[in-house]
Amino acid sequence: MSNDSIGAPGSYVQSQIIQAKAPPPVPSSRPWTPTRIAGTAWLTLWIAAGLGIVWFLLNSNHVALVFGGDGLLPVSITHNAKFLTKYGEKFISGFIVTLKLVGLSMLLGVSLSIPMTFMRMSKNRVLGGIAYGYVYFFRGTPLLAQVFLIYYGAGTFRAPLQSVDMWWFFRDAWNCAVLAFTLNTAAYQIEILRGSIENIAKGQREAASALGLPRWVTFWKIILPQALIISLRPYGNEIILMIKGSAIVAIITIYDLMGETRRAFSRTYDFQAYIWAAIAYLVMVEALRRTWDRIEAHLTRHLKR
Amino acid sequence: MNEILTLLSFGDMGWGDEIALGVVTTVSLALASLPIGLLLGFLLALAKKSEEPALRAAANVYTTIFRGLPELLTLFLVYYGGQILIQQVLSLFGELYFEVNAFLAGMVALSLVFSSYASEAFLSAFRAINTGQYEGANALGLGYVQTMRLVILPQLVRLSLPALSNLWLILLKETSLVSIIGLADIIRYSNMAARTTKEPFLFFSVACVIYLVLAVISSGGISRLDAWAKRGETSR
Amino acid sequence: MGFMRFATLATLALLASAQVQAKEWTKVRIGTEASYPPFAYTTADGKLTGFEIELGNALCAELKIECEWMPVDWDGLIPGLVAGKYDTIMASMSSTPERKQHIQFSKKYYQTPPGVAVPNDSKITEASVEGMSGALVGAQVGATHAVFAEDILTKSEVSLYPTADEYKLDLESGRIDAVVDDVVVLSDWLNSGGGNCCKLLGTMSPIPEIHGEGVGVGVRKNDQDLADLFSKAIIALRENGKYKEINDKYFDFDAYGE
Repeated sequence: MSNDSIGAPGSYVQSQIIQAKAPPPVPSSRPWTPTRIAGTAWLTLWIAAGLGIVWFLLNSNHVALVFGGDGLLPVSITHNAKFLTKYGEKFISGFIVTLKLVGLSMLLGVSLSIPMTFMRMSKNRVLGGIAYGYVYFFRGTPLLAQVFLIYYGAGTFRAPLQSVDMWWFFRDAWNCAVLAFTLNTAAYQIEILRGSIENIAKGQREAASALGLPRWVTFWKIILPQALIISLRPYGNEIILMIKGSAIVAIITIYDLMGETRRAFSRTYDFQAYIWAAIAYLVMVEALRRTWDRIEAHLTRHLKR
Repeated sequence: MNEILTLLSFGDMGWGDEIALGVVTTVSLALASLPIGLLLGFLLALAKKSEEPALRAAANVYTTIFRGLPELLTLFLVYYGGQILIQQVLSLFGELYFEVNAFLAGMVALSLVFSSYASEAFLSAFRAINTGQYEGANALGLGYVQTMRLVILPQLVRLSLPALSNLWLILLKETSLVSIIGLADIIRYSNMAARTTKEPFLFFSVACVIYLVLAVISSGGISRLDAWAKRGETSR
Repeated sequence: MGFMRFATLATLALLASAQVQAKEWTKVRIGTEASYPPFAYTTADGKLTGFEIELGNALCAELKIECEWMPVDWDGLIPGLVAGKYDTIMASMSSTPERKQHIQFSKKYYQTPPGVAVPNDSKITEASVEGMSGALVGAQVGATHAVFAEDILTKSEVSLYPTADEYKLDLESGRIDAVVDDVVVLSDWLNSGGGNCCKLLGTMSPIPEIHGEGVGVGVRKNDQDLADLFSKAIIALRENGKYKEINDKYFDFDAYGE
């Protein structure tokens, strides 16, 4: 630091720069408490496991680390990487099938769950009872049983289904899977919507009726927007549950990500099939979770205090 | 109608006895996974609320993995991968052998998944407990273990019970996945019966009804448990 | 200390592997898939039976080895063998190049061609690539015939099922147009009344690169001696007529192939 710029000659100008005081000592080593030892050991274990998996994948694909090679990357995949060359594309197509299945079922689930939520909340006992039974059945039984029930169950009713010209629909495994997943997710979505609608403070309704707003305006303009914002988080969780749950459609001959994985494993007995699938699912779920958190944070920013 | 009753009867002609065996497998698998899942979940929650960043990070990696993977995939990873891994380790010590059977694999996989969700339930229950409770216990001269056992845990049970009951119902349904690796549970036997008798609709409906009954029984148990956990509140 | 321990362990491991080499086979565990009649299946009272089971028992008697059967799901057969859950596989498993990368096989003990079954009212008239063009074809995942269907029936779409029972259900309900599997398995099903719906359309010629050298006894790669034992026993049974005896109980032709 220099004071020359001030331009004032005088005795008060310090001839020597004052030495800055040393910053307060940073506690260079935190004590090794049992929790710290445990945490570090556990973290090391995870890192070791991660490296082990990377090594396993590289090794089983005969990936050579060539330093200073003429290629762009220092890593080259040899011809022996049969697994990746043979099944890589199939994994990608399986990934797309999974996304399609979840996306389609979620959309159909939304359109089914909105009217069903009204049924569920209606004062009419019959309508309410039907919706309640529907929700109870699909939330109380395993998705796997529902898929089997719809897929193989429909096979028993081929003749009656043909007579009403519905067999073409149930004949296709894909339709059965979408139907089962739609019915399943709709049941969960009804509960999400109902929960958040009921969560809107009573005062909101009262204020609206004090303003003389008709019921449907109150619902569409006041209740529903708030309910949707409250239900953002559970909706995000539901999408994640659907992605994970969709892995079982492989059992009814659909080649989603899990289906392609099982096919690859059954032909090569190479365990990396499952490792790749695990990585793909983890990335998919984590990416969705993080984007969803951002969307939610953005949409609810006015609620932050 | 009679035909259906014969198919569901106990004995040589019917599948009732087989399906009953499946129910036993399903329930024992869920009951075996529950305590392990609860314990692991509790420890994970302690790790996540610890002040040590390494411990928190490690616990978060755990939950990210087991909440992100499809349960079916976790099951395959444990069943096939676990066997390969254990065999590799054991082969270092000579000719030892340890079999990861379908029940064990199911138990481990379900506990891993259950514990990562349970840790979140415990963590939010921990957060709901006021710091004043710890300070009060401290003022009374209670040590860490005593504070936990006498002050925190009873409240933790009450606060986390709704979320945990939900997880139990999910666990009960997820046991159905072990049928895919060959364990003879409700779904497996229904599947066998469906194939042999060519009555898939009947047998899968029966399976669904059994799961519903299990859920109803669980709900009954849970509301009793809930009343017990809240006994302190009601006396006020 | 660390090194000493490592050295001891290494020596122990060496000793152990040396012992494996000289192991006397007195007891052998055999993994099989018990839902593949008439080769291996479970009867109503829970007993394992079938051509393969009887042949396996005869092989063990010939070798004076005690045998224990372990029913396993098809998917898990090779992983289970490699992991040491059992010592051999007798589950209609052909010795194909892909499988030989992981395990090895004895000489073949039977070889039958792939067959095609279709519903009675099917429009498919010929068991060929062209004849099945555009059809949805079912097969069992991981089976040689599934690989055959996927790689050879290029003009058809292939659906893979966990077990044979499931594709049977779907062929009956008309969800799939045809199934490809071992002709013996298909005709056994169709003859046993299970298949009122369907008929055997014909057989196709096996492809050596896919179907390999016929069905053999699978063993781990380092158990060459066990594979040799079974190969010898198979030839012995062929010569002393026991094979024919068992064969004739199940088939009206020689399942051994040429």
